[in-house]
Amino acid sequence: MSLMSDFPILGADENGKRLVYLDNAATTQHPLQVLDAVRNYYTCDNANPHRGVYELARKATDIHEQARATVARFLNASRPEEIIFTQNTTEALNLVASSYGMKYVGEGDEIVISVSEHHSNLVPWQRVAGARKAKLKYLYPGEDGRYTGEAINEIITEKTKVVAIAQVSNVLGLVNPIDKVVRRAHEVGAVVVLDCAQSTPHMKVDVQALDVDFAAFSGHKIYAPMGTGALYGRYDLLEKMPPYMSGGDMINQVHEYKTTFAKPPRKFEAGTRNVGGEAGLAAAIDYIESIGWETIESTEDRLMKLALDGMREFPEVKIYGDDSSAGRKGVISFNIGDVHPHDVASIMDANGVAIRAGHHCAQPLMDFLKINSCCRVSFALYNTEDDVKIFLDSIMKVRSWMGLGS
Amino acid sequence: MDLKSLYTQIITENSRATHNRHPVIGATNSLEGINPSCGDDITLQFKVENDIIVDAGFIGTGCAISQASASLMIDLIKGKSVDEAKHYIDIFFGMIKGEIKEDEVIDELEDAAALQGIAVVPARVKCAVLSWHTLEEALEGKSGVSDHEASENDDAGSSYEEDGDGLSLN
Repeated sequence: MSLMSDFPILGADENGKRLVYLDNAATTQHPLQVLDAVRNYYTCDNANPHRGVYELARKATDIHEQARATVARFLNASRPEEIIFTQNTTEALNLVASSYGMKYVGEGDEIVISVSEHHSNLVPWQRVAGARKAKLKYLYPGEDGRYTGEAINEIITEKTKVVAIAQVSNVLGLVNPIDKVVRRAHEVGAVVVLDCAQSTPHMKVDVQALDVDFAAFSGHKIYAPMGTGALYGRYDLLEKMPPYMSGGDMINQVHEYKTTFAKPPRKFEAGTRNVGGEAGLAAAIDYIESIGWETIESTEDRLMKLALDGMREFPEVKIYGDDSSAGRKGVISFNIGDVHPHDVASIMDANGVAIRAGHHCAQPLMDFLKINSCCRVSFALYNTEDDVKIFLDSIMKVRSWMGLGS
Repeated sequence: MDLKSLYTQIITENSRATHNRHPVIGATNSLEGINPSCGDDITLQFKVENDIIVDAGFIGTGCAISQASASLMIDLIKGKSVDEAKHYIDIFFGMIKGEIKEDEVIDELEDAAALQGIAVVPARVKCAVLSWHTLEEALEGKSGVSDHEASENDDAGSSYEEDGDGLSLN
């Protein structure tokens, strides 16, 4: 089954050439269902939510709040009020760091993050630690890129106030043992901030089952428009946190010298929201759920195994992290001999294959792996076995152009 | 020239060439040029005597295009005067921008003229020009590190650095 026909950008051009898009971990393409939802919002339903008393404003408010309920269902939050709309994962993580971190982390406290964090779940915590005179500590993986229970139990201590970690690394593609992190963090009274940017596209994320305190994801990595995303936060925590941005819509009453704030989630949603984008986000979630996780996971797991099996055939290809397909989602990072990743990506581009090359906003992980950069291939629900075959053929092309394996 | 010919004929051979890959003893100028978004990082060193570039070399890491471009540039400028080197820099940038198209002018760049073909991959132009920008700035007397993408005002001029048992604001 190919869903490619739902995605106009993936169709063949006038010369019959089509794009083999394998940079899905950076951003995914959009199905017609999402594009139609955005168009429909601006064609029929656009007004400023929460502000007008007229019918159109009520419709816009309904779409905004229905989208929130859809996101709550997507993450299995216990109530829609635990969902705050943000621009993306980065804004969601900055919200937690600025609001919760700056208030509840103090001098001598510890913040634990993993060395494979994306800069968006790393730099904000560096800044909290710097401003609050707290200590930032890193969890390191083994040779196979996996985090062990021993390492987790050792690094999280009685002084730990926040543990921030990705469910799936955007470089290693390995599913991290969040259950072990949560167990240890809660044992010492720390909150767990989960970066779900790379897990939400590939697997069911259930914040109640995971028992995390915060979770963040981006719409544009799950087929929704750029500039959409959400933060899940446990309601009792959101209630005691100070606002992030302030201004219109996040208030209860404003006097000349004093303001009372709205309840969550509106306390954290200042200004006019991206409701057209939220309509697209809700449509993307509906689209994913209409296909079903079983189908998505079996399609993507098959492509992942095919790619890994093919890549292992080339002696020059080095795969980062445990090279099995078990416990891996979406992403394979690799290098081809000593060929620079940007040369690999350019040569693949000449073959119509889009992959990512660089440090993937994970420079501390690059240092840990002792590399400057690497290539990354990443899959989405619309990719096909043919895409994987063309990708593997492109590795052959890189070898021949760069004079390897001859 | 298409990308394949550029790689197979020019880039691969020159990026692996080792004759210009060395520090320069008694260098009068040394400047590190980096492209942070791709990780290209070269340190260019040269020695000027009586206005002549008597020796030049580079060390560092980067993609094949940045490495080949640095090596081809050094082949060209070694033994030339500072003014001649500046003249070649002007031709090279003119060629890359498509403002200089005349073969007889571009041919002055000798083997480096082959990098004209980089225009077919705009995303890689910054790799090809890194060493030339670094040379230009080094000839103007700049030393240390030349970062072609960094903001002048990162986090209001401050950065966070590990200091003993915590993080502090510098």
